[in-house]
Amino acid sequence: MATAVQATVERENYLNVDYSLKSWLLTKDHKRIALLYLISITAMFFVGGFFAMLIRLELLTPAGDLVSSDTYNKLFTMHGVSMIFFFLIPSVPAVLGNFCIPLMIGAKDLAFPRLNLASWYIYMIGAIFALTSMLLGGVDTGWTFYTPFSTSYSNTHVIGTALGVFIAGFSSIFTGLNFIVTIHRMRAPGMTWNRMPLFCWSNYAASIIMVLGTPVVAITILLVALERLFHIGVFNPALGGDPLLFQHLFWFYSHPAVYIMILPGMGVISEIVPCFARKRIFGYEFVALASIAIAVLGFLVWAHHMFVAGISVYAALVFSLLTYLVAIPSAVKIFNWTATLYKGSITYDTPMLYAFGFIGLFTIGGLTGVFLASIGVDVHVTDTYFVVAHFHYVMVGGMVLAYMAGLHFWWPKITGKLYPEGWAKLSALFVFVGFNLTFFPQFILGYMGMPRRYHAYPPEFQVLNVLSTAGASVLAVGYVLPMIYFVWSLRYGKDAGPNPWNAVGLEWMTASPPPTQNFDVTPVVTWEAYDYEHQDEEVSVGH
Amino acid sequence: MWKNLPLFPEQASSLASQVDGLYFFLIAVSAFFTVLIFVLVFLFAVKYRKSAHPNPEHIEGSLPLELTWTLIPLGISMIFFAWGALIYFQQARPPRGAMEVYAVGKQWMWKFEHETGQREINSLHVPVNRDIKMIMSSQDVIHSFYVPAFRIKQDVLPGRYTSTWFRPTKVGTYHLFCAEYCGTQHSGMIGEVVVMEPTAYQAWLASGGASTTMAVNGKEMFTQLGCATCHRSDGTQGRGPNLAGVFGKPVQLADGRSVMADENYVRESILNPQAKIAAGFQPIMPTFQGQVTEEGLGALVSYVKSLSSANGGQQKAEGGGLQPAAASASN
Repeated sequence: MATAVQATVERENYLNVDYSLKSWLLTKDHKRIALLYLISITAMFFVGGFFAMLIRLELLTPAGDLVSSDTYNKLFTMHGVSMIFFFLIPSVPAVLGNFCIPLMIGAKDLAFPRLNLASWYIYMIGAIFALTSMLLGGVDTGWTFYTPFSTSYSNTHVIGTALGVFIAGFSSIFTGLNFIVTIHRMRAPGMTWNRMPLFCWSNYAASIIMVLGTPVVAITILLVALERLFHIGVFNPALGGDPLLFQHLFWFYSHPAVYIMILPGMGVISEIVPCFARKRIFGYEFVALASIAIAVLGFLVWAHHMFVAGISVYAALVFSLLTYLVAIPSAVKIFNWTATLYKGSITYDTPMLYAFGFIGLFTIGGLTGVFLASIGVDVHVTDTYFVVAHFHYVMVGGMVLAYMAGLHFWWPKITGKLYPEGWAKLSALFVFVGFNLTFFPQFILGYMGMPRRYHAYPPEFQVLNVLSTAGASVLAVGYVLPMIYFVWSLRYGKDAGPNPWNAVGLEWMTASPPPTQNFDVTPVVTWEAYDYEHQDEEVSVGH
Repeated sequence: MWKNLPLFPEQASSLASQVDGLYFFLIAVSAFFTVLIFVLVFLFAVKYRKSAHPNPEHIEGSLPLELTWTLIPLGISMIFFAWGALIYFQQARPPRGAMEVYAVGKQWMWKFEHETGQREINSLHVPVNRDIKMIMSSQDVIHSFYVPAFRIKQDVLPGRYTSTWFRPTKVGTYHLFCAEYCGTQHSGMIGEVVVMEPTAYQAWLASGGASTTMAVNGKEMFTQLGCATCHRSDGTQGRGPNLAGVFGKPVQLADGRSVMADENYVRESILNPQAKIAAGFQPIMPTFQGQVTEEGLGALVSYVKSLSSANGGQQKAEGGGLQPAAASASN
């Protein structure tokens, strides 16, 4: 077999084909660009995580005594900006999607390799703007840049940070455009839409949002800059503007952006659950269509962030109703993943542990979103820690766990090496326990009435805040461990072979790491996605 | 029973128990589904582990099941929607005859003014079992008026009035928070709502030292700013509309539209008079932008209201100093 040959002679792959720095910085290979993104967003993740640790340390005591109020306000702003715009949005699409989508559909690369490289450079320029603004003193508007505070009152580096976000937005548009065209035009013979892995479906849905939504936030940021720099009244009522207009424009992008973040994560789970249950996914069409439904409905719910902002009663009702509708496709996915486990043959490898964690935490995150969609309750809990807990359950419990699941799943494919399974399971446990300890108390805090973005708080909230900070330190260990063993595995890890999980999917049919051209021979697809039934037959025949 | 739980906020308004009722229903349904998913995942993961179940059974899916877990959550969520909407209708609509308090938010304090003229900062005294309507605006950025014990929250915007209401049901002192991030001292923009027995409240009012009501202050400003030269209230028609009886009724505009004369309409007519011209009048009124403070605007609005309050505005009449003409004109 091919593996035997590989063991003796190291064959050429996308990593060892050229070691020069130039070959990396000018690469048009989607796999190398994925790695460039991996390094960049990991750095931004730890920048954002560092801010989070300082936030949690400050909140150990009710008084604002560790840092000044201005510093605290900058910390939560820069935590949000780094994590949302520079980690979560690019995370699964730009790293795992970039690496896997061409492999999964049997293509040599993305449709526009140069555009792909350009997207990374644009991301880096955006990140440099944001990081420079942080180093020069930071920004204190909150990641939401609400007006007129951001345009007329804040004395911090609003323009630099906003420009960073504006620029990074184009990298997101380029990635989305590339995915859409690639999925339409570059599928291997026989790879029909109905045979396409659900990871591609969900990234396709996210790409639609990236392409249609991101320009709106770009325009909004430009308007903020115009008002801030030239006092052109758009949002500030003192200049003749409307502060709610900003919120409408901002959430028109930023709510769908939540689905940019979560949809690709859902795609990861749809790959992992069938693989470790050894059976095809339950209700393939429904999971695929649910992604598209989320992308479409996701554009129609933005004002649920504004129930107490001063919108009309009837607008609030319509947006509440539509918000319930967008919750349904997510529920459908949860049920289908659960049903996939039924009568499977399940192993508990690290990616599957993360997938279990995702299903559980995303369920809680999604259901608490239903609380917020209900206007009567939202009036009380919006802008409190309940909301903070809710979106961290979705974004961290959901998205970050999915990203970790995907990294552990495809790491052997990306690097050709296996990571130490014991350590990986341990860190998954740290992440799960630490995460719940950090964020569950915040639901209670929120219902008790602790507002978000508070530097100091009344003493009765302290016990829950201490629990939350304790959880954050456990969570931090869970994030640092993988950094260590992943790097360790590059040198000392065992060779993975082309298919360590015995998974179906075209990406597992080529070598690990794959050759630059991905496949020696373009595959011809004659089977459904997640065809574990026939794959296991072949394996048993082979033995 | 819930008030004995240390991890739960006090219920101190007529709305609180309703919001909590829906909250507990949401918790019950969510707990059911969370436990369902956790148990199923755990059960399947153990029962169908590879060592116990080496040969997976291949199932494509099931349309009846898909429909079940689409339609049941949809049905339940429509209950959530309707219930939440019913509560929201109450939250959004202040009852008639509510006592009105004007609030101005600014970085980083809350300023309150009672119609009787008492002013307070970061502290709001109200009588128990009385509907209180807050008429709020901001002097700078967006703030949010949040009293957890009352389960109400409303953003306070610059350049317009927003309002909310509550009916405190328990004497006590409750947290008031700014819930919309507003800059450096956001977490210091806090205060308290002091709910008092009616007699204690009356005593507090009497000790407050306010000599004139908001409406009277407003009337003084109305004269000082020269408003009265055009907006006459002696029954003769001036160059501007006679304001007696205007508030709370629809106004016919020159462009054919009709708008409700509410607080925001009065405010806009003062600051941006050209925006909505009443039918039959020339657009000749100058703007008073920059000449009137937020508090001054509140007083003017209160005065204009008092010109229409023959029945509903008993508290304004108590202040005295209202022209008989104004009172009679609204009859």
